[in-house]
Amino acid sequence: MSTVVETHDHEGHHGPAKGLTRWLFTTNHKDIGTLYLWLSFTMLFVGGAMAMVIRAELFQPGLQIVQPEFFNQMTTNHGLIMVFGVIMPAFVGFANWMIPMQIGAPDMALPRLNNLSFWLLPMAFGILVSTLFMPEGGPNFGWTFYAPLSTTYAPSTVNFFIFSVHIMGISSILGSINIITTIFNMRAPGMTLMKMPLFVWGWLITAYLLIAVMPVLAGVVTMMLMDINFGTSFFNAAGGGDPVLFQHVFWFFGHPEVYIMILPAFGIVSHIIETFSRKPIFGYSSMVYAMASIAILSFVVWAHHMFTVGMPLAGELFFMYATMLIAIPTGVKVFNWVATMFRGSISFETPMLFAIAFVALFTIGGFSGLMLAIVPADFQYHDTYFVVAHFHYVLVPGSLFALIAGAYYWLPKWTGNMYDETLGKLHFWLTFISVNITFFPMHFVGLAGMPRRYPDYALQFADFNMLISMGAFLFGVTQLLFLFIVIKTIRGGKKATSEVWEGTRDLGLEWTLDSPPPHHTFTVQPQVK
Amino acid sequence: MSDQPYHIPESSKLPFAMAVTLLVLIIGAANTVIDLGTDSNSYLILFLAFAMMWTTMFFWFRQVIHENQAGLNNPMLKDSYVYGMAWFIFSEVMFFFAFFFALAYIRNFAVPWLGGEGEKGITNMLWPGFEATWPLMMTPDQAIFEGPKEDMSLNTAYSHGGLAGVLGWLPLWNTIFLLTSSLTVHIAHLGLKNGNRTQFNVWLGMTLVLGYLFVIFQGLEYYEAYSHMGLTLNTGIYGTTFFMLTGFHGFHVCLGAIILTVMLLRSLNGHFTADDHFGFEAGSWYWHFVDVVWVCLVAFVYVM
Amino acid sequence: MTYIKKLLPKLFLVLPLLLPVAAKSAEQSDYNMPVGVTEVSSSIFGLHMLILWVCVVIGVIVFSIMFWSLWKYRKSKGAVAADFDDNFWLEIGWTVAATLVLVWMAVPSTQVMVKAYDDSEGEVNIMITGHQWKWHYEYMEDQVSFFSNLSTSQEQIDNKIPKGEFYLQEVDEPLVIPVNTKVRFLITANDVIHSWWVPDFAVKQDAIPGFINTAWTNVPEAGIYRGACTELCGIKHAYMPVVVRVVEQEEFDAFIAQKVSLAEEEKMLTSKVWSKEELMERGESFYATNCSACHQANGKGIPPVFPALEGNQVVLSDSTKQIEILMEGIQGSAMQAFGKSYSEVDIAAVITYTRQAWSNGENGDGVIITPKDIVDYKNKIDL
Ligand code: HEA
Ligand code: HEA
Ligand code: HEC
Ligand code: CUA
Ligand SMILES: [Cu+2]
Repeated sequence: MSTVVETHDHEGHHGPAKGLTRWLFTTNHKDIGTLYLWLSFTMLFVGGAMAMVIRAELFQPGLQIVQPEFFNQMTTNHGLIMVFGVIMPAFVGFANWMIPMQIGAPDMALPRLNNLSFWLLPMAFGILVSTLFMPEGGPNFGWTFYAPLSTTYAPSTVNFFIFSVHIMGISSILGSINIITTIFNMRAPGMTLMKMPLFVWGWLITAYLLIAVMPVLAGVVTMMLMDINFGTSFFNAAGGGDPVLFQHVFWFFGHPEVYIMILPAFGIVSHIIETFSRKPIFGYSSMVYAMASIAILSFVVWAHHMFTVGMPLAGELFFMYATMLIAIPTGVKVFNWVATMFRGSISFETPMLFAIAFVALFTIGGFSGLMLAIVPADFQYHDTYFVVAHFHYVLVPGSLFALIAGAYYWLPKWTGNMYDETLGKLHFWLTFISVNITFFPMHFVGLAGMPRRYPDYALQFADFNMLISMGAFLFGVTQLLFLFIVIKTIRGGKKATSEVWEGTRDLGLEWTLDSPPPHHTFTVQPQVK
Repeated sequence: MSDQPYHIPESSKLPFAMAVTLLVLIIGAANTVIDLGTDSNSYLILFLAFAMMWTTMFFWFRQVIHENQAGLNNPMLKDSYVYGMAWFIFSEVMFFFAFFFALAYIRNFAVPWLGGEGEKGITNMLWPGFEATWPLMMTPDQAIFEGPKEDMSLNTAYSHGGLAGVLGWLPLWNTIFLLTSSLTVHIAHLGLKNGNRTQFNVWLGMTLVLGYLFVIFQGLEYYEAYSHMGLTLNTGIYGTTFFMLTGFHGFHVCLGAIILTVMLLRSLNGHFTADDHFGFEAGSWYWHFVDVVWVCLVAFVYVM
Repeated sequence: MTYIKKLLPKLFLVLPLLLPVAAKSAEQSDYNMPVGVTEVSSSIFGLHMLILWVCVVIGVIVFSIMFWSLWKYRKSKGAVAADFDDNFWLEIGWTVAATLVLVWMAVPSTQVMVKAYDDSEGEVNIMITGHQWKWHYEYMEDQVSFFSNLSTSQEQIDNKIPKGEFYLQEVDEPLVIPVNTKVRFLITANDVIHSWWVPDFAVKQDAIPGFINTAWTNVPEAGIYRGACTELCGIKHAYMPVVVRVVEQEEFDAFIAQKVSLAEEEKMLTSKVWSKEELMERGESFYATNCSACHQANGKGIPPVFPALEGNQVVLSDSTKQIEILMEGIQGSAMQAFGKSYSEVDIAAVITYTRQAWSNGENGDGVIITPKDIVDYKNKIDL
């Protein structure tokens, strides 16, 4: 069996180093996981604060608080930070914590690389955020940075943006290589692929997607860099290029990217639902095949973001059909979750509440996605708040809820302490109510014709925008409660057993470890029957 | 599965140093490109970053090699390196894919449309007189992007004399060099597996010679393009795709050659055994990958 | 508290019921997609309602089963878990069902799409060019063209005066098209990507610099229709609305005739001798509509993005250079070649204005540019 050796020279045998250097130089998957999670949490407040600026400006028509140029920077950085700085690192944090524990490995396969993947992120975001304070301002061309607004017409700080995207890309690629290697190489004896926990499956597929598309993102920003500084003409018709080429390459990355933000969530939610339904997940293998199909299909649907750029008819129809197909595997997952709950023995602890809300609200987001996939209808929806409603439904009560649910679910395992259930429930209900007040009316203002990325709007949209903003403020304040709950749990609370939740011992190897788990996760790999 | 333990390295300063290095690198790079054309010295930051990068990489690789030679790596961990390298190469494949994708789109859609062909041919109204050809010698707007005078395809004669005139079509030479070098690196590998150290060193040396010849010829080709053929980065989309694709490839050849050089030096220092030489094997994979990319380049950039 | 605790979960049970209510109330309201006035827009509306209802029905079924299970099998009521974990036929069944539903949606979508995509020539053909941040319309048959700028005042935007009914949805010169006629739009852009959208026609088409996209409409009802730019195009993305006036054929003909004669008058103006005051007056209003977006009404610009014109060296003392900038634009920046789209008179007037306005009158060389200077410049370039 594989055991662990660490080349300790003089330090004591167990436990991490002390002080700051513990965090800077660590090679321990749990420490690195913790770093990722705190980075993500911090960035949630940074990106969330930007959303608050957006919502404050949109509270009423007219310009009140910020000027359009700053508003555009807020929108852009809000999108970038939420996507690359919150959702993705948070899932990598979960991967770091949970994958070795779930597959019975001593640590991640390549621990030093793991540390590098993490520390690249604060560097990249440091640079990105610092551009906001430069005289020309930060990126202001949307998180999708379409050329030529992001090339010829961009502030010169776009160069900092480009290089920070490179760094984020390197970080994701290295992190994914590590995760894939860990999953393929370090499973406990007896754990065949089709016995792997669904979260591990979700991440295996996600890591594959990341390695496939992050280099494409690096490629497209490199093309921008060349167009801006070295006179090439990728995106300039005067030299024979095409601005739309940018969009094709970007969305070839961008669409798989949105599934990167949801597949690990599917895994987390599956575990929570089976735990609190006290019933094994329904249709395990179809769950796996569904995720794999979603991943494969995600490579051939990218142009559904570009239905109005003037593609030939055949292209529009192809991308419509391909996109619609994704509803089938996703539907299978939703049906399986419902079937898992059916005839279970269900209790409603906070993680379960968030997971249930995930299933319901993600499905609503999926429905609006399906509507967007219908080309002629998308002519009306495209670039309106209907799209904003769609992607916030899949991202906020989707990915973010799954993250919150996962945090409540595993926090006792991580810290050894139970969180405060009453506060957790309060957090859930406030979040659930405010998220719907915030994002549901966006469907209506979108259909009524309010375009996105507008700092100011016509009078008929005023009422709903005010409602949306109020919901958003409530949502924002509520997350401070979450911060409080997390800190409180870390500092103390009822001690958690190693099983934490009733009956989890059979559900995964992580529940056989102590809470909190020892410094080296499995010094001897367990045998899986 | 072995009973040997899986080596978890103790905490290490190297990754963090690398992260800081990359931070300095992007600060330097961004300032350098912003200040292009002015007489600022922000490129010094960039040089500093390169120095830091070499140092960190040196210590990092040295550490990994020491660990292996100290027998800390069990077979499972060695597999981890194998998986890691394989997936890293996959990521490189996807990076090149982005540029080939761009080329395909430009040739099949953008340029024909600009020239009045296909479903969006009406675009030609904006560019009267522009015709779609490939290689694209006349750009839509000659005032902004003056097209190249000559292209790089098979019939290029290098009529300007000099070394290139004597040698003829350089990509042919380069194809020969690179294909042969894939073979020689394989023979070197066989030698290593059979414990024949001399065979390994000699054939690896030949591989490196071929690799460096490739780089030199590529340089010569660029020199011809810039000085005689009027083909530069700024000559519209043909020059753009040509230089970006061959340039990134050439850059990867250099990287591969450096990796293999290090491997040769290590071999001369007595590293590697017949059944433990993944460092070299990884380098040779990389070399084969670079070779495959070249074949695609010849097909899509030079010939078709 | 305990009462609320008991009640809250029940909220979930009501949720599925809310969906159809929401969908129903949306049907004919201001908060649904507009039915629009064209055949295409109403068939898209029909499609939208179809897919919306399909989703609502599926949602109600799925959520009802889910919430009912949560209720029925809750542990607090002593439910004991079964332990099945798959059912082959059930899984096949719902996969097939979902596929069929999708096919059912795909068929009408394809039909509507094919109808919307016809791009044969129209009876009237209009070239639409997106500029930062205004639209340019050119009637291709009649050599008539003009810009369409936002006409809402800055005071309204800054909340200094009450906002009008069509706040941000009004322009100085709307696009005018004839009723019951197939109009084709050729859409392109001058700088960055914009997108031209009129919801009531269900026409939304990106304007890509260097490329032409086509779209068409055939409006059966005269009236005023309002839309927007829907692709992020920089600072004033929210301030470049689209307004289309659909009129009877006679009125349209009259409109074109009037535009044609206006253009001729413009030509006459070039040869007229202009006084400084006349130029200043014309220049001021031209500046307000065309320049102040970037360089600001007070000439202070928004440095470092948009340079100040007040106290600017070029404007103070280099009139040749300034003419060149206005005629040719500045490559690779937002400063466009205004000379290509405006008359000599306007260009001369605005140059004169910027050279005299604010403190520039006192500090500069005071050179006055007349339309003749611009004509001379053009002749020089043509050689
Ligand atoms: C987590 C992220 C995430 C996820 C999971 C999805 C999921 C989907 N998205 Fe979304 N999308 C985004 C994030 C995401 N999206 C973002 C960020 C943007 C905007 C980017 C930008 O422009 O800034 C976007 C934009 C976007 C567009 C472009 C809109 C436009 O700009 O005009 C489209 C168009 O097709 C689309 C479609 C879909 C579809 C069909 C799915 C499907 O995967 C959904 C499938 C799920 C279901 C359908 C529900 C469950 C299924 C059932 C219950 C089965 C039965 C149902 C039927 C048979 C109908 N998305
Ligand atoms: C990945 C995830 C993600 C998440 C979690 C969010 C979260 C939120 N988003 Fe985001 N959003 C995007 C991704 C995301 N968004 C993307 C990709 C875009 C497109 C960008 C583009 O167009 O380029 C976008 C665009 C976008 C817009 C459209 C802007 C425009 O088009 O002009 C709006 C408008 O309301 C919005 C609002 C919100 C709100 C209110 C939240 C809330 O959920 C935020 C929650 C808030 C917090 C967690 C704050 C934490 C608390 C504090 C900071 C304390 C202080 C609180 C108070 C003072 C009240 N978002
Ligand atoms: C879309 C925004 C925009 C509009 C509208 C615009 N400009 Fe500019 N202008 C710019 C920018 C940006 C620059 C700076 C370009 C550069 O130096 O790269 C500029 C530069 C100039 C300069 C040169 C200043 C210098 O220091 O070199 C002059 C003169 C000028 N504009 C006059 C005008 C006039 C007159 C108008 C109206 C007819 C106008 N501009 C409209 C964006 C605009
Ligand atoms: Cu023009 Cu947005
Ligand atoms: Cu997508």
